[in-house]
Amino acid sequence: MSDKVIYVMYDDDGALKDGAKKLVSKGVKINEVFSPFPIHGIDPIIGVKNTRLGIMAFVYGLTGTTLATIGMRYFMVVDWPMNIGGKPNFSYLENMLAFIPITFEFTVLCAAHGMAITYLLRNKTLPGIPAQNPDPRTTDDKFVMEIRMSENHSVSEEELDGLLKDTGYIELDKKEVK
Amino acid sequence: MQKEAAIREPLILGHKTYHDITEDVCRPIEDKAPKMWYILFGIALVIGLYGVGAICYLLGTGVGVWGLNKTIGWAWDITNFVWWVGIGHAGTLISAVLLLFRQKWRMAINRSAEAMTIFAVFMAGTFPLIHMGRLWVGYWTLPLPNQFGSLWVNFNSPLLWDVFAISTYLSVSLVFWYIGLIPDFATIRDRAKKPIAKRMYSILSFGWSGRAKHWNRFELVSLVLAGLATPLVFSVHSIVSFDFATSVIPGWHTTIFPPYFVAGAVFSGFAMVQTLLLIMRKAMNLEAYIHTKHVEYMNIVIMVTGSIVGTAYITELFISWYSGVEYEAYAFLNRATGPYWWAYWSMMTCNVISPQLMWIRKLRRSLLFTFFISIVVNIGMWFERYVIIVTSLHRDYLPAAWSMHFPSHIDIAVYIGTIGLFFVFFLLFARFFPVLALNEVKTILKGSGQSYKESPDYHEHH
Repeated sequence: MSDKVIYVMYDDDGALKDGAKKLVSKGVKINEVFSPFPIHGIDPIIGVKNTRLGIMAFVYGLTGTTLATIGMRYFMVVDWPMNIGGKPNFSYLENMLAFIPITFEFTVLCAAHGMAITYLLRNKTLPGIPAQNPDPRTTDDKFVMEIRMSENHSVSEEELDGLLKDTGYIELDKKEVK
Repeated sequence: MQKEAAIREPLILGHKTYHDITEDVCRPIEDKAPKMWYILFGIALVIGLYGVGAICYLLGTGVGVWGLNKTIGWAWDITNFVWWVGIGHAGTLISAVLLLFRQKWRMAINRSAEAMTIFAVFMAGTFPLIHMGRLWVGYWTLPLPNQFGSLWVNFNSPLLWDVFAISTYLSVSLVFWYIGLIPDFATIRDRAKKPIAKRMYSILSFGWSGRAKHWNRFELVSLVLAGLATPLVFSVHSIVSFDFATSVIPGWHTTIFPPYFVAGAVFSGFAMVQTLLLIMRKAMNLEAYIHTKHVEYMNIVIMVTGSIVGTAYITELFISWYSGVEYEAYAFLNRATGPYWWAYWSMMTCNVISPQLMWIRKLRRSLLFTFFISIVVNIGMWFERYVIIVTSLHRDYLPAAWSMHFPSHIDIAVYIGTIGLFFVFFLLFARFFPVLALNEVKTILKGSGQSYKESPDYHEHH
């Protein structure tokens, strides 16, 4: 199915945000926003849900804690209980204090790297992937809104052109995509 | 857009636009390197290679080429290790702790401070590795299944905690740094004209697009990483201090060590950031972004952490007498009046007196004075580690075993060499990487930029 994509460019983050607010109130669905830096407050306007990566970080962290506990219990208590000054490691609980630093470090290690890897995969940003922004200026000082006609049946293209004109964009680009 | 009080000094001077910020940060990368860069790089490389040569000689011959003896088994190597790790504390503190506290001035300095951190931790890691003598069995520090009857590493030992702490710190700092770099690499990629540069920055930027959802994730990931890195910063130097504090050597066996080491680390780290940034802002024309106010903020951190360090020195001294343990008391008396008195008093002068000068507003806002003090602090913090390590060891319980430590030329060459290598890395970073978190700085332009703060409608609405 062929689709028409409209790229609307602004030269100010405030202008894009105000424009987006107007368009959304008229029932236009904004598909995507590209910007050089995070525009605070744009997410609820265009319907971007908050990321759940934080929950994932917690899960990865717990995994790290568990692995560190299991590992150290096995190494130090089960497999090779070290006899230090006549005090061998008989139980995990009695020796746990010495294991806290590494448990902490390993928790942080797993949480940070697990989250970072998930972040890169979910964003589909990995080495070798070509740039995905519609215009090279969106990483400098321009802000682009992407509107797909296939997701906007309530407004016609002419109506949309009129609405867009009121938002004070600086450039408008229409593309046919398959 | 966040508003702030009008009396707060602007963080970005002059009448900058978003595009100006991009230009100012990217131009030094795109232009040809100035002659000075090649000269500095050449000097750093020669010194670095001298150090590499010394390390090769050390590995080929054995640790005996150092000035260690049977009484002093730890000296320059561990001093340098702790010194470098300490320096490597400022970057993550700036980007993580200051992010949690929403300190906007961090944005101009966090990138280069983090780079400095990573390179400093590289240098730090060199010392324990070469101290093994057999570098190639360095992986024995990891709990890997092996043929020695499955002999595991000792998880009760602070030295092993250190292995985990340093490697976690290094890798997490690297990830934190790189995740922030991705959008900025994308900016350079989209501006690059030369095909090779375009290809390189395209690979480095991972195809970053700047979608709203990606920025949403970016901000959360930065925040969570900051939350994880904050206790990490404190844990790393606490664990480094455990290397000493859990032993039974008078002068080392003190519970004050963890907080005292952490404060000292931040103190020396900020001093190194000052040394580097004061030169970099000038050489790369970044005076509008890193200006007197930033320097003043950092000087206040130096003053506060320096005061904590000073308090710790005096507390330690008092407790050594108050404890009634004669060996403990002697260890401290020997530090101040023994054969290493000059090291002790250099440490006291550099670390206790010099930060107190920062109470004077005129001095802490003087760039020249700051530069001078930053060097003094780094010298002082090196002496602190030397005093703690060598003077505690050199006079044993048995006077027959008393000895002195004299560094060999290999000791000195390895140390000087790591400084050279550090600058090789830092100069390469300054040449090819965006030295300022340029896209993050854009977010504070409207709230803290001079032209916006001075405009008449800044305080009208919102």
